[in-house]
Amino acid sequence: MTIAPPAADAIAEEPARRGLLRYAVSKVGGALLSIAMVIVATFFAFRLLPGDPVRALAQGRNMTPEQLDLERRRLGLDKSLPEQFLEFVGQTVRFDLGTSYEYKRPVLDLIGERIGSTLLLTGTALVMAVSLGIWQGARAGWKPGSRFDKFSTGVSLVLWSVPTFWLGLLLLMVFAAGIGPIPGIFPTRGIESVDAPDGFGYVLDVAKHMVLPCLTMVAVVYAQYLLVMRSSVLDEVGQDYVTTARAKGLKDDEIRRRHAVPNALLPTVTLVFMRIGFVVGGAVTVEAIFSWPGLGQLFYEAIRVPDFTLMQGTFLLITVSVIVMNTLADVIYHVLDPRVRSA
Amino acid sequence: MSITWTRRRIAFRRFWASFRTQRAGVIGLAILLLAVLLAVIAPLFIDEGVTNVVSGTGEKLAPPSWDDPLGTDESGRSVLLMIWWGSRTSLLIGFLAALLSMVIGTVLGIAAGHFRGWIGAIVMRITDWFLVLPSLVTALVLAAILGGSTVTIIAAIGVTSWPSTARLIRAQTLAVEARPYIERSQALGGGHWHITTRHVLPNVAPLLLASTTLEVASAIVTESTLAFLGVSANKTSWGTMLRGSYDWGAATSGAWWYILVPGLCIVIVVMAFTLCGRALETVLNPRLRRAS
Repeated sequence: MTIAPPAADAIAEEPARRGLLRYAVSKVGGALLSIAMVIVATFFAFRLLPGDPVRALAQGRNMTPEQLDLERRRLGLDKSLPEQFLEFVGQTVRFDLGTSYEYKRPVLDLIGERIGSTLLLTGTALVMAVSLGIWQGARAGWKPGSRFDKFSTGVSLVLWSVPTFWLGLLLLMVFAAGIGPIPGIFPTRGIESVDAPDGFGYVLDVAKHMVLPCLTMVAVVYAQYLLVMRSSVLDEVGQDYVTTARAKGLKDDEIRRRHAVPNALLPTVTLVFMRIGFVVGGAVTVEAIFSWPGLGQLFYEAIRVPDFTLMQGTFLLITVSVIVMNTLADVIYHVLDPRVRSA
Repeated sequence: MSITWTRRRIAFRRFWASFRTQRAGVIGLAILLLAVLLAVIAPLFIDEGVTNVVSGTGEKLAPPSWDDPLGTDESGRSVLLMIWWGSRTSLLIGFLAALLSMVIGTVLGIAAGHFRGWIGAIVMRITDWFLVLPSLVTALVLAAILGGSTVTIIAAIGVTSWPSTARLIRAQTLAVEARPYIERSQALGGGHWHITTRHVLPNVAPLLLASTTLEVASAIVTESTLAFLGVSANKTSWGTMLRGSYDWGAATSGAWWYILVPGLCIVIVVMAFTLCGRALETVLNPRLRRAS
């Protein structure tokens, strides 16, 4: 760490910025390639694998061979494979995800209706899980082997082993249905009551519906944030600057809060976004259990029916947004952390 | 050859001695062996019939009693016997899916580490692509398209969970191949096959063992989640039992045993695998050993 004169600093800044730009361009290029691969893989997965979508649709319904043919033509399955492929790519690029068989409506409209409630639930859960995980992980990692550390690691180990859906079922049983002396306090399903009031009352009603799904998601997701934060703080504990800060006579608490945690925060927050796919999987499960009318539940319904167009559309959207989030996290990390940039 | 085996036997004994000091790992291993043993000997006492809907003898959704120590389900089948029989499917899928994921991950990981240049680059590109995909969502789609037989569930879990193994093995391969004896082996005329199977593989094997153990744990959780979300064959597993409990409203009608017991089985087995895997990691990974 030498103090450079301002002029030299400005000179050094220019190539660094160019390097960053090149990095961002290569990352975005990689993401576009990944998205293209997703589109191609989705096409072939839904066409080439055994399981004819039309026959699957016809299951349990009375359909004449003529009706089956009509359905096949409607889905474009009578054309040759290259033709189907080009058509599929063209439509997907124009955000046309086809028409749901079950709902008889464009998939994109269905997604549009549901995406708000998913963002509400996942966003709230994520914010809570990240702040709780980071706070607890920082404290646990600062004093490894302490009672708080052992407790935290134990809790996260247990939560790690608990399947999301089972935790949801337990909460549903205890707090929504009520068991023994505990009365059911929270609603069992949905996002709002049938007779939901307007205005502020409505907000309260939604909040009440959100408690259990949110709690389930937080519990499962936060365990891994805790462990990640714990190990990155653990990495900082032995660093020279911590010793220096201690030698300066700073209070232990202050060293942790102002020196160690900010340094440990960066890799943790990046990892949070890198593993967003895991959160998405949790959202599908939680929404299915609590009948939360979001994207996850839409996907779950598509699988249960099965409604292949809807499944394909939601899968594409979920995957592409995960890729976009990952790329964003990657680039932002690069902007924020000079240590990575120089490497 | 005999020198190698003597050396390996000594190494194993040293490994066992340090594994034994990991109390949590030993407990995990004991639970795990017990669970596997129970699953294997189940056919000596009961058969597939305990999962038959019409053969339920008890009352419907009856609480635990002397006849049915863990209560009954919606068709009057004993939850205890179903758990026992279902453990076979859950464990089988867990083991085989982890095995599949390990084989894919090891082959691609060693390939990416050994063949630098464009082959390695392409393999890593594919690995990173799979790593980004939300694995549960992808597994759900695969299982739904393929239809949910035991084999397809194993395939769906295996195909979506290998990338992290591949990255781990690649890093390890790079580290091993940087050592001088690989160069010596090359100078003596060792080909790709000889170097990867005789030198790299034995060196990554211990790490592989630890990560397989952890992988089995997550495969069991994934299997139960897939089964719960309804993409699974009609074979009874812990996941399908929980699906049944949800479908028949066990949560709202207070049939706690129907929800609690299969879930606890999952948690205990998964935790045993996790403890065991973490202990293995601690013993085998010198960096971790120093930290703890």
